[in-house]
Amino acid sequence: MNSQTDALLSVRNLVKNFELRASSGIRKTKRIVQAVAEVSFDVKVGQTLGLVGESGSGKTTVGRSILQLIQPTSGEVIFEGQDLTKMSFEQLREVRKQMQIVFQDPFASLDPKMTVGSSISEPLVVQGVSGNHEEKVAELLDLVGLASDHAKRFPHEFSGGQRQRVGIARALALDQKLIVLDEPVSALDVSIQAGVVNLFADLQKRLGMSYIFIAHDLSVVRHIADQVAVMYLGKIVEIGDKDAVYRNPTHPYTKALLSAVPLPDPKVERSRHRIMLEGDVPSPVNPPTGCRFRTRCWKATDLCASEEPQLVVRSAGQQSACHFPE
Amino acid sequence: MMSNSVLQIRDLRVTFNTQLGELKAVRGIDVDVEPGQILGVVGESGSGKSVSFLAAMGLLPKSATISGSVKLDGEELIGAKRKAIRSVRGKSLAMVFQDPLSALNPVHRVGDQIVEMIQSHQDINTHDAEKKAVELLEIVGIPQPDERARQYPHEFSGGMRQRVVIAMAIANNPKVLIADEPTTALDVTVQAQILEVIQRVQQTFGTAVVLITHDLGVIARVADSVNVMYAGRNVESGSVQSIFDHPSHPYTRGLLSSLPHEGIERLQPIAGFPPNMLAPPSGCGFAPRCQHATESCNVSLPPLTPYDDLFTSCICADELRIGRVS
Repeated sequence: MNSQTDALLSVRNLVKNFELRASSGIRKTKRIVQAVAEVSFDVKVGQTLGLVGESGSGKTTVGRSILQLIQPTSGEVIFEGQDLTKMSFEQLREVRKQMQIVFQDPFASLDPKMTVGSSISEPLVVQGVSGNHEEKVAELLDLVGLASDHAKRFPHEFSGGQRQRVGIARALALDQKLIVLDEPVSALDVSIQAGVVNLFADLQKRLGMSYIFIAHDLSVVRHIADQVAVMYLGKIVEIGDKDAVYRNPTHPYTKALLSAVPLPDPKVERSRHRIMLEGDVPSPVNPPTGCRFRTRCWKATDLCASEEPQLVVRSAGQQSACHFPE
Repeated sequence: MMSNSVLQIRDLRVTFNTQLGELKAVRGIDVDVEPGQILGVVGESGSGKSVSFLAAMGLLPKSATISGSVKLDGEELIGAKRKAIRSVRGKSLAMVFQDPLSALNPVHRVGDQIVEMIQSHQDINTHDAEKKAVELLEIVGIPQPDERARQYPHEFSGGMRQRVVIAMAIANNPKVLIADEPTTALDVTVQAQILEVIQRVQQTFGTAVVLITHDLGVIARVADSVNVMYAGRNVESGSVQSIFDHPSHPYTRGLLSSLPHEGIERLQPIAGFPPNMLAPPSGCGFAPRCQHATESCNVSLPPLTPYDDLFTSCICADELRIGRVS
């Protein structure tokens, strides 16, 4: 994807390796897990990129590497023209005023001993923002659909959906330009989930920030994203405009993934053709050679084992990495 | 829907004695599981869906007070002697849980665990039981079942472990298999495989299945009939087609319309959140969140009333069905 002038964030050839130390008997062995392998994409101003994939696909690692919560092994993360991977700690702190993350578990991400108000104002304190924090907290609570007197309460007094709103209020404290949402609604019941998803959409319309929405739920991503990137074993296998990817998937994995999602309609569910993938996702410690999906792909040939397919433009705004695209 | 059901539950109530008071988890439910059918039980967290069937299995802790009737093939299980329940559990009534790893013993070979299951209910020598264990692994779609039977749980992937657990559950050819969120911890492509295994078991052996889930897509894919639970009660039940085609309880309708689907601009959450079961509403449990609720809903609970092809517990059901209100 060529960097365009309106890209807020450009990720280029991002790689993250984790070292696994396993001791078998007396010998210590060091193995490397390539969690993210050469991933590149852009996020435009005011838009949402959906990052989907199964467990072990590397989607969460991508999100954390962007914020430099974990140090990428190589590659560039360019935010408003500056490469975050080359910044000092002090420089990063400055930039972090503009980027935030909301985590999956609203029970684990709030300090149980802090009032909700002090949790929300903590980023303001850390960044040394002057002014009336109480007023700002009230304003933020109102923004996420909570009452201003909630500020004095503790996390245990809130339901899951409300806690997630508190997490969102905290992420908004510093007028962010980019928010990474890591499975932000997966822990919530569906009837509650809908309200939080609407809140994301409303806030974006009002404040104009960009989102990276990481999720395994493909129907939620379809609802909220402008662009979608499908990951498998650390690689982007398909990326493009939401409608193109969902309507005309060109990578066999995208096609299989979409067909595996159960739809809430018995007539459709019982009549549609489903692609059954065999087996599980292979271990990222020892990924298959060539195309990483080939061990589960019904189209795989010798070529797929020997040569790794590159992302190729299939239609305007849609790319996939496959030797035999759909 | 009476008489010939293999599992019949009448007015089941479960109350937990907690430090905060009596928690009324299940408040009088009737369930009929027809032979060879898949009954989907759907509801949000805390709706009592799991607790109901744990009570039927006799698996609740002593802090639970259980009343009502659970009959398996006419035999009463509530209040039965422990020995009598033990002879039923794992034999004619078996259960599969969400997390397959905690259902398996990590230090025993999976084949041996299945053998143990068979021998605790059948008079059969070890050699034959071992042969049967391998057959069972084959039925649930585990490749090279001979070798795999000699392996330990940690050598299996999540999806394969769930298959092993299903093999154990069907080892004594149960009349009813209760599956509690069996695919929630799995990736969507693996979920599709496990649902297929459950359907295969149902079709091959005529096993009745109770599938407990929060995922309406899963229900739409495999269930024959559906019970919708809210605040410890059944609010609606009927054939899968009738529940999805003309849901008549405001909660079912709200649940279905809160799901994201193609082409809608804005999701429709259900306002509010589930009631505190330490002090549940005295009337209809859904009344505090219901836009159609009247004074009488807060006082009395409408009984499950038959409509064409489903049972609904709502005084507005008539008007909802003819579309006078939405």
